[in-house]
Amino acid sequence: MNERYIEKDKLLILEITEEIDHHMAEKLRRDADYEIQRRNPKRVILDFNSVSFMDSAGIGMVIGRYKTAAMLGAKMEMINVKPNIRRIFEMTGVLKIIPITTLNIEEVSNEE
Amino acid sequence: MKNKYDNEMKLEFISKSCNEAFARITVAAFASQLDPTIEELSDIKTSVSEIVTNSIIHAYDTSDGIIKIISKIIDNTIVIEISDTGKGIEDVELARKPLYTSKAELERSGMGFTIVENFMDELKIESIVGLGTKITMKKKISKIDQEFERDTDLCT
Repeated sequence: MNERYIEKDKLLILEITEEIDHHMAEKLRRDADYEIQRRNPKRVILDFNSVSFMDSAGIGMVIGRYKTAAMLGAKMEMINVKPNIRRIFEMTGVLKIIPITTLNIEEVSNEE
Repeated sequence: MKNKYDNEMKLEFISKSCNEAFARITVAAFASQLDPTIEELSDIKTSVSEIVTNSIIHAYDTSDGIIKIISKIIDNTIVIEISDTGKGIEDVELARKPLYTSKAELERSGMGFTIVENFMDELKIESIVGLGTKITMKKKISKIDQEFERDTDLCT
């Protein structure tokens, strides 16, 4: 997982680079919670650009991080979700809580 | 001798969570001879991952056991049987219910079987408490063109 924090927007971008299954979920959960608690952002973005596989472990992982963020008053969204993974989020109602949005990361980094 | 199935494979491995990726990739490689679409292959990988994870965290929990996968190809249908000799499921109907999980502390969503039901054409759960669980799933792979027919002939 790669992390980027943009101070002036209080924006934390967590780029997940692993396949998300039960085996990897525990590590992702620890790493993401650590970054969210350390940065205390207003907005958390989970970037799925490098995620080629996810099963139901991803649902628990994402909802869990949403709860961590919400406790600290931060909003959460997801970007670059591939169609096969998007279907799992749709089917299980996750998108009603955590929306998929678009964000041009290049633009954000240019503003830094 | 004419086989009952067009092709068949068996796989056995220890219930370690690092084998989840090994299991789904291996079954996907076997299924790929049916020339599935990327979406169909993804459905198979996710379903295998769900069931193998169940065996690891529920059937065997903290102990190690053997997970067995038998996969068969019959015409253009892939059949995947995943079995364990773990503790078994007490209430199969309850386990199938969306959002039901006995492992909420692991952030399990309770959506595993629901996802498999959506992704595969058939899901059968056979379980005896104390003896183990056998899951059978089937998925028909769409045939695309004539080229495909010739490719599979090479494998018979």
